[in-house]
Amino acid sequence: MIAEAGLAALWLAAALAALQLAMGWMGVSSQRTDLLAAVRPIAIIQAGLTGIAFLVLIYLFVTVDLSVALVAANDASTKPLLYKFAGTWGNHEGSMLMWVTILAVAGGAVAIFERRLDERTLIATLAAQAAIGLGFYAFLLFASNPFARLDPAPAEGQGLNPLLQDPGLAFHPPTLYLGYVGLSVAFSFAVGALVTRDVGTAFARAMRPWVLGAWILLTIGITAGSYWAYYELGWGGWWFWDPVENASLMPWLAATALLHSVTVLATREGLRAWTVMLAVVAFSMSMVGTFLVRSGILTSVHAFAVDPERGTFILALLAIYIGGALALFGLRVGTVREGSRFDAVSREGSLVINNLLLSAILGIVLVGTLYPLIAESITGEKLSVGPPYFNSAAGPLALILVMVMAAGPIMRWRRDDLKATLTRLAIPLLLSALVLLLVILLAPGIRILPLLGLVAAAGVGLASLAPLWGRNLRRTPLYIWGMVIAHLGIAVSMAGMASESAFTKETLVAARIGEPHRVGPYSVRLDDVQPVAGPNYTAIEGTVTAQRGDGKPFTLHPQTRNFPSPQTETNEAAITTVPDGQLYVVVGRADEQGRWQLRLWWKPFVTLIWAGGGLVALGGFLSLIGRVRREMRHAPPREFL
Amino acid sequence: MALKAKNQRLILALLAVVAIVGAALLAMSALKDQAAYFYTPADAKKDHVEVGRAVRLGGMVQKGSIEREADGVTIRFVVTDNVETVPVRFTGIVPDLFKEDSGVVAEGSFQPDGSFVATNILAKHDERYMPPQVAGEMHKTESLDADGAQQKGTK
Repeated sequence: MIAEAGLAALWLAAALAALQLAMGWMGVSSQRTDLLAAVRPIAIIQAGLTGIAFLVLIYLFVTVDLSVALVAANDASTKPLLYKFAGTWGNHEGSMLMWVTILAVAGGAVAIFERRLDERTLIATLAAQAAIGLGFYAFLLFASNPFARLDPAPAEGQGLNPLLQDPGLAFHPPTLYLGYVGLSVAFSFAVGALVTRDVGTAFARAMRPWVLGAWILLTIGITAGSYWAYYELGWGGWWFWDPVENASLMPWLAATALLHSVTVLATREGLRAWTVMLAVVAFSMSMVGTFLVRSGILTSVHAFAVDPERGTFILALLAIYIGGALALFGLRVGTVREGSRFDAVSREGSLVINNLLLSAILGIVLVGTLYPLIAESITGEKLSVGPPYFNSAAGPLALILVMVMAAGPIMRWRRDDLKATLTRLAIPLLLSALVLLLVILLAPGIRILPLLGLVAAAGVGLASLAPLWGRNLRRTPLYIWGMVIAHLGIAVSMAGMASESAFTKETLVAARIGEPHRVGPYSVRLDDVQPVAGPNYTAIEGTVTAQRGDGKPFTLHPQTRNFPSPQTETNEAAITTVPDGQLYVVVGRADEQGRWQLRLWWKPFVTLIWAGGGLVALGGFLSLIGRVRREMRHAPPREFL
Repeated sequence: MALKAKNQRLILALLAVVAIVGAALLAMSALKDQAAYFYTPADAKKDHVEVGRAVRLGGMVQKGSIEREADGVTIRFVVTDNVETVPVRFTGIVPDLFKEDSGVVAEGSFQPDGSFVATNILAKHDERYMPPQVAGEMHKTESLDADGAQQKGTK
C-alpha cells in the first residue's frame, strides 16, 4: 500500500499544481485578492505532497520492496545502505521524481520566504513555477511512473551499475539537480515580472539568491565531476568536452552571466531586458541539459537507457516553456523600460563585456554539443565534434574574459576613466610582466597558451584582491569577500590548468620488478604485482615504491579492476598528493617477458584546478550568506495566511 | 564623456553584434576545420586529412596485425574498414578489451607517410567510462564487421 500512497501523493500534488496555475492566473489578471491569497498555501502544500512521494520512494528503496518494478530493477538487498539510499535517484524515474520534488520544494520556499516582491509579481511567479511543475508531473505520471508494481515480485533485485557505486556519484546528481532547479526559479521570477511588467530592483533582489545558489551548486557539481573523471578514468585528463560535461557547463555559463547582470539590475537598475532574457536562457540550458542526459540520445553512465518517446516528451516541454517565455518576452520587452545610463568605461560596461563573452562561449559550446545531434538527425550521418574545436573556439574568448574579470571590480559604477583604471591595474600588470620574464627564463620553450595562462593567472589573481585594498577587512561586507574569493578561485584554477599542461612529466615503461624509473622529481620502483579480489570484481594490484630525492619512500597501490557483468575494466590510479603537485600511477598489462606496463605522471600544481573550483564555490556561498542576511534585516517577514 | 542614452544603447548593440559575429566566425572556422573529427580509413583516404591534425580514427583491428616493439609499451597494428587500411603506432597502455578483429577508436594524428600515431586507444566494449560520442563511434565501427562475427554487446 505504501507505493500506492506515494503515487496518490504525486497525483494530488499534480492537481494542486494545476490549481496553483489556474488561481494564480485568474488572480493576477482579475486582481481578486481572495484568489491571490490562496496561491501561496497551495504552493506550500504541493511541495509537502511531492516531498512525501519522494520520501516514500526512498523508503521503498531502503527497505528493498521488490514488488515495485523500479526497486526490483535498481536495488538489491545485498547493497550497502548508502547505495540503497542513493539508488533512489540512480535511475531514470527516481531522478525525475527528485527533479520535481526539488522544483516543488523550491516553489514552496519562494512562497514562504520571499519578502520583497510585489504581491502580484510573486503570485505570477508561483503560477509560472506551477506551470513548469505540471509538465514534469505529467512526464512522471504518464511516461515514467516510479511506483509501478511488478507482479509477481522477484526474489532478488538487479542491483546498481557498478560504475555508479561511488560515493561521489551518489551525491553528484542531487547537486546538479539543485542547480538546474534553482535556475527554474529564476526563470519563474522572470516570467512573473514580465507578466506584471515589474522588472526592477525588487525583482532582481528576489531572483539573485536563487541564481547564486544554483550557480554555487553547479560550480561544485562541475568541479567534482572533473576530479572524478581525473582519478577514475586513469587517463590523467580533467576535462574532455563530452556532451554530458557540456550539459552542466552550459547552464553554468548562463548562470554566471545572469549572476553578473542581475547585480547590475539590483544595484544600478540597468540591463533590465537583458537580465530577463538571460534568466530565460539559463533555464533553457538546464532543460537542454536534462534533455541531453535523460532523453536516451546519448549513451553514458549518466544517461540511463530510455525510450525515444520520453526524449520527445522532454523536447516538447522544452519547446513549450522556452517558446512560451520567449513569446512573452517579445510581447512585453517594449514595456520594460531601459534603466539608468552608464558609460562604456565603467563597472557596468565591464559587466556587459563579461556577459557578451560568456554568451559567446555558451553559444560555441552549444553549437559544438548539438551540431552532431542535429546533423545526424538531418543527414543520418554520425559526426563528432571534439576537443580541438572547443579549445580553439572557446579558449581565446575565455582568456579575454578573465582579463576583463581583473579590470571590472576595480572600476567605478556609472563612469570611470580608462587611464585611472590602468593606473589601478599597474601593480598586477607589473606582476604579470615579472611572471612572464621568470617563466621564459626558467622554462624556455613553453607553449604559448600555458604561458599566457600563467601570466594572466598571476595578474588576475593579484587584481582580484584589489577591491579589499584600503578597506577595513573586518567591516568589509561578506558579498565583497565573496566576489574577491570567487575571482581569486578562477585565477587559481587557471594557474593549475596552465601548470598542468606546461609542466606535466610523463614516463611510460615496461617495468621489471625492482627496476627504478624516474618521473619528474621522483624515483619510482615496481615491487610486486598481485591478483586481488574485491566484492564484485577481480583486480591486479601493483605495489609501487616512490621516493623524492632523499626523502622518505612511500608505497602506492594502483589497480586494474575487472567487473564480470557487464564486462567492464576500470583503472584505479594510485595518486599521491604533495603540496606542489600529484604523482599519478597507473598499472597496465604484463608482456611475454614478465614486464609490467607502468604509466607515471608528475603533475605539478594540478590540484589548484579543483582547489580553485572550491574557492569559486566558497566565494559564491559567502556572497549568498551576506545577501540573505541583508535582505532579512531590511525586509520584515510577509504576513502569512 | 557622459554618453546620451541613445548613443550608449548604440554602442552596446554594436558590441553585442561584434561579439556575436566574432563568436560565430570563430565557431564556424573551428567547425570547418574540426567538425569531421572521426574518420574511418576510407574517409581518411578520401578526404585527405591534414597531417598532424588531432582526429579520431575508427575501424576494426585487422586480424594478425598486432605487433609489439621491444620497449614493451609500443604496439603497431592495422585499422581497417574492409575498404582501406591504416597502419597505427601507439605507445601506452592499451585497454584490456583491445584485441584483433574487434572495434577500436584511436585518437591521434596522421603522419606524412600515411600512417597514424595514436595518443589514446579506446576499445570496443571497454565500458570504463567512455565519452558518449565515442560510444556512438564504436557503434559505427561495429557495423564494419563484415563477416557477421559481430560480438553481441553485454549491455
